[in-house]
This record gives sequence, structure tokens and C-alpha cells, in this order.
Amino acid sequence: MTGSTPKHRTAYVGARLLDPASGLDSPGAVLVEDGRISDLGPELFTADVPEGIEVVDCGGQCLAPGLVDMRVQLREPGEEHKEDFDSASRAAAAGGVTTMVALPNTEPVVDDVAGVEFVARRAREVKLVKIFTYGSVTVGLEGREMTEFGLLSDYGALGFTDALQAVADAQVMRRALAYARVFDRPILQHPAEPSLSGGAMNGGELATRLGLSGVPAVAEVMMVERDLRLVELTGGRYHASHVSTAATVEVIRRAKARGLPVTADTAPHYFILNENAVGDYRTFAKVSPPLRSESDRQAVADGLADGTIDAIASDHAPHDQESKRLPFAGAEPGIVGLESLLALSLELSHKGAIGLLDLLRRLTLGPAEILGLKAGRLAKGAPADLVLFDAERPWRIDPDSFLSKSKNSPFEGHPVQGQVLTTVVDGRRIFDWDAA
Amino acid sequence: MTFAEKLITPGFDHRHLLGIEGLTAAEITYLLDLADGYVELNRRAGGKRDILDGLTVINLFFESSTRTRTSFELAAKRLGADVVNMSIAWSSIKKGETLLDTAMTLNAMHPDVLVVRHPDSGAVKLLSEKIKGSVINAGDGSHEHPTQALLDALTIRRRRGHLEGLLVAICGDISHSRVARSNIHLLATMGARVRVIAPPTLLPSKIEALGVEAFIDMKKGLEGCDIVMMLRLQTERMRGTFVPSTREYFRFFGLDRDKLQVAKPDALIMHPGPMNRGVEIDSELADDINRSVIREQVEMGVAVRMACLEALTAGLRQGEAET
Repeated sequence: MTGSTPKHRTAYVGARLLDPASGLDSPGAVLVEDGRISDLGPELFTADVPEGIEVVDCGGQCLAPGLVDMRVQLREPGEEHKEDFDSASRAAAAGGVTTMVALPNTEPVVDDVAGVEFVARRAREVKLVKIFTYGSVTVGLEGREMTEFGLLSDYGALGFTDALQAVADAQVMRRALAYARVFDRPILQHPAEPSLSGGAMNGGELATRLGLSGVPAVAEVMMVERDLRLVELTGGRYHASHVSTAATVEVIRRAKARGLPVTADTAPHYFILNENAVGDYRTFAKVSPPLRSESDRQAVADGLADGTIDAIASDHAPHDQESKRLPFAGAEPGIVGLESLLALSLELSHKGAIGLLDLLRRLTLGPAEILGLKAGRLAKGAPADLVLFDAERPWRIDPDSFLSKSKNSPFEGHPVQGQVLTTVVDGRRIFDWDAA
Repeated sequence: MTFAEKLITPGFDHRHLLGIEGLTAAEITYLLDLADGYVELNRRAGGKRDILDGLTVINLFFESSTRTRTSFELAAKRLGADVVNMSIAWSSIKKGETLLDTAMTLNAMHPDVLVVRHPDSGAVKLLSEKIKGSVINAGDGSHEHPTQALLDALTIRRRRGHLEGLLVAICGDISHSRVARSNIHLLATMGARVRVIAPPTLLPSKIEALGVEAFIDMKKGLEGCDIVMMLRLQTERMRGTFVPSTREYFRFFGLDRDKLQVAKPDALIMHPGPMNRGVEIDSELADDINRSVIREQVEMGVAVRMACLEALTAGLRQGEAET
């Protein structure tokens, strides 16, 4: 056999290795060969790195598995003016996100095999971060007929969700939970009783003062409670998306204690901000579910700390000016979050609410395990999806400098600590802070 | 034993045949043995008996079914009975006459045997409480279809020599299937092992309590099976409510050669009919004469129904014989 391709080898040395799966938090190095982690640990490359291996000096900074963002809206196909696969991938890379999972609420909806294949093809074309998709639970997101869970799963759908709306009909949800068991996929619910969720912000004193219709906190927990009964009935796997209230956290805590197959995620805005961020009708703080009371915010943070909430997902929802520059009630809900995900999440560990390794778990291994992805780990043989970040470096969030096409974020000027330095996907460096 | 000798020692001491649940293995065996004799009779040109001469059989079908009704009609006529077919659209019944009114009207006509099919579970039992003659359940809602289970059992027994110890998989819409329920009762009573295979949305709750093992993975369920019984999937169920589409159903729960491979190499394929080719069963497999006994089932159907008519009228005829 004539000359085989020389393996591309890179050594990341002088790093603080952080791997939630194994509990590793120690200085060390990682060797990447042909897109995979071939070796890692505190013992690696303590002497010089051999010839033929590219060396990246991590300067003592944190080297963790690349982030897995399990809830993003990519707006393609249908609303490419707000975001597309290119811009979203670049934003993800800047945020240290190496895998993202797209919601199916595009135009057309991802409710058939063609939709799933489209996402896979576009991800291959853009060739930056890894992009997967969910299939919708119901055809056209109409809440009635189940989509072909089996065929969609075969083509790569990681789970099923009706995205921004709840599966409201209990019989439909019951059948979806039951049927999804055949293919071992979760049903991800936007938990909000629709008939109570028409309001523009959290129901309460501020809504009253501002004259805005409110969404009561119970709208969320009612749906979760109902769904958990159906989980018990069917044995299906259930995931509550973007948990925002104390009541929901408590219900999920008890359900987990009873061994029900339930998981949950939340977004940074739900553990950092409360409804006061709406202030003077600031539409950048309009989000669904709405920002809640301070005690809800605290409960969500606590839920993350004790593991009741398994994952932090950005719920990246790009919107253009037109969608946001409207009177509050008419503005589209949503916040862009790919680029601020890590820095905002680190607030919890900086405050001491949760250890760094556990925090990283919520951003990596947690979501990967929920979706059955081979991601979120620093391990021999694992894909070399890495993020190198400076956990301490302070900066202020500046949405105008976001790589995303959309800048709708309420965090302008918000001081954070934690800067992504390098992002690696399958051994390829796709983002370098110094180069940016 | 001649047929006359069988009359004197009736092995089926019930006025009605409403279901398999509650019948003993001995009673089931009696009916199957009787039916066996009729299979041979039917194969003889001009085979006919007059044991029901002078008796009236009314086929009272509140749900349309050409094949079952024809099968009962043939069975009764071959035994010399007078047969009347009544097809009643259940919806028009609701406008005026109730089911019990119908029963009263019928009683006035003195039918000896009523063969009844109705879309509601339990409706045939209700009727049987008011009818003076004997009632055979030709299918009530999702509850029971005893003659189907008997003809299925006869088909299996003639092919395999026995029922005990066989591994039988029933696949399809178990939830709504009276054929499944009757077969489960019969096979379990006769000592066969029964599995049901369906997506969870088509499995009724606590089905294991009926003595079956439930599978949502078809290949796992078919492993080592002697008999594969496919049920028909009704179109109403297919449109996204219980099951997303026919092509998805066929891919994961339809019988094709790939899935059949894990069953015993000589496993038999059965279907109560009518078939949805390409939905629950691969068209070519359905016609494979080496595996499919679907046509035999139809032949067994007439024989089994003759046996049931004989067994149920034994008392009547005994009384006549004595006069």
C-alpha cells in the first residue's frame, strides 16, 4: 500500500482540563488526531511534545467539551433575514457551541423527512458546527396529527417538539409520548397552557402598572403537571423546555424523585433576569415564557444547582428590528443567545451557586445525554469538539458585535466574566478569539 | 363416532355463543372436532346435511360484512336451515327502534338461531338476554368474535396437529380488535403462548393481564414464533391519530420478509381478512403459498360455523327427536 495520509495531530497543552462526565478538573493536555481525542490527562505531554504534532499552548485556561445547545431557532428555511445556517454557525462558534439542535418551526415546518434532510445537508455545506434538528410532534404544528416519528428518527431527528407552542390536546400528547417509546425519542414540550398564555409578560404587579396582559405562572406548571400524569400513564420520555417558574421546578423535582423519565432545561435569561427587566416596555426583554418574578428566578437557579434542571439551552430566537420595534404587546418574543450562553451561565459558578464542573455539565453532557448524542465529553475516542475559555476575563455584552444577523438581546452592557478563546469541531479550529 | 352419537353427549352446554372467554378447553376441543368433520363434508361434492331442517337462522348484521355473513349463510344452508339476512344500518336504528325493540320484533318471528354482529361491545349480550332462541356473536364492537378465533384455531390445529405450546404472535391494532381478544382467550386456554405486537398507541392498557406478552418492537416479538397472525389496520386509525401514516406503519409494524426472518422458518402467516396489502402485510408474502394460510382460514370458517350451529341447536333437535 502506498503512502497513507499523515494524521493531523494537535496537542492542547497547559490547559485546565474540565470533563463533567469523569469529574476531571486538573491541569493537563489533550491530543487530537484526525478529528478525535486520542489521548488526554494530567500525565500527557508533561515533557516536550514530540515532532510532527502541532502545539497549542492553552495558557492555563479552561479546556472543556464544546457546548451542546439543545434549543436554537435557525430561521432557515423561511426567515433568512433574521438568521441562517451560516450566521448562526458563526455565532455558535464564537459562543463555544460545537453542537446545536434546531427547533422545527421553520417555513416549511420540519414535519417530514425532507425537512430533516435539509438541515443535515445545510449543516454539511456550512461545515462549521454540528447541527441537528427536532421533528415536530404534529403535522404543520397544528396540534392534531402525529408526524412520522419512526421515519424522522431514522433520518436523524433527535426528538419531537411543537417548538413555540404546547401540544395542548391531552390525547395527542398521550399518543405522542406512547408512540415515541418505539423509537426511544423524547417529546419536548413548551409547557404553557395555551388558553392562559396569551399575555405579553408575567402576570403580576408590573403587568398591572404597565397595563399589559399577564401570563400567570400557573400556566406553566399546570401543563407540566398534566403532562407528567401522561408520562406515568405511557412510560414515555418527557422534557420540559425553558422552565421559568418555582412551581415547575418543584414539580419536576418530585417527579424525578419518583423515577419518572423527565428532564428539563432553562435559558440564561430565566436565572439571571426577572420581570423587572421589562422596565419601560423594553421589547428585548419580551420572551416566551415571560421573565418571571424574583422568587421564580431564584428557584430556577436553585434547580440548576441541584440538578433538577438538567440543561442550559440558549433558546436562541433571532428577530429583526421590525419584529421588536413595536408596542410591547405586538412585539415578537425572543432573545438571541448563542454568543452569550457560556458567559451568562458562568455567572452561576462565579456566584458560588454551583461548581464549575457541574455548570459545564448543564451545558455539555446534560443535553447530550438527554438526546443520546455522542458529545459533551473529553474522552479517548470522542470527537474533538472543544472549547477553550478564560473563565475570569471580564467583558460587557455588546449585541451589535454579535455575529448573529439579529441583535435582540436585553443584555447590552451587562458585565460578564468568561470569554471563549478557541472553538474546535472535529479537530478543526473554527473560532479563535485572537483572530477575531 | 357418528353425528347422531355426538348429539346424545353434547360437549357444549350453552344456549348462546357470545365469546370465547369462559369456555373450557374441553368445550373448545369439542367444537373444533365437530368442525373437523364438516371440513371433510364440505370437500365432498354435494356434501349437505339436514340436521337443521325446519329451523330458522336469522343473520342480524348491524355492521356490514359480506364475507362473515356469507360464511354463516352458507353454513346454515348446508345444514338445511331456512336463512334470512337482515342488514340494518345502525344509524337508522337509532332514529326509532332501540336494540331491544328489534329483539321483541324478532322474537315474534320465532327464530331458532340469531347470528348477530354489532358495532358496540356488549350489544350482542344485551340482545341475547331478550331473545328466546340461541344467539351467536358474529362480532360485537372490539369485544369478541368467537367463530373467528375458532376457525383460526382449526386452521392452526390442522396444520400443526396441536395448539398447546405453540408461540403465536398477534400483530396490529390490538386495541380495537375483537379478533385479537377472542384469539387471546382461545389460545391461552388451549395452552399456546401468545404475544401481541403493536405500537403503544394500539395496545390496550393492561393487556398482559389477559396472559400475553406485549411487544412494541416487531422483530423482537416475532423471534421464534410458530404462527404470525396479522390484523387489519383500519384507515381511520392511520391518519395521524394513532399511527402517523401507512408507510411508517408498514416500515415498523408491517409483515415483510425481513421481519419474518426471525420467526421459525416454517412459521405460518394468518390474517382474518380483508387485507390491506402494503400496510400490515407485504403483498407478495400474503400470496406466498408456502407460508400463508389465509385462504384456508376462509374454508375453515364455514366448517366452524356449521359446527357452532349444530352444537347450539343440539337441545332443540334432541327435543324433536324425542317427540
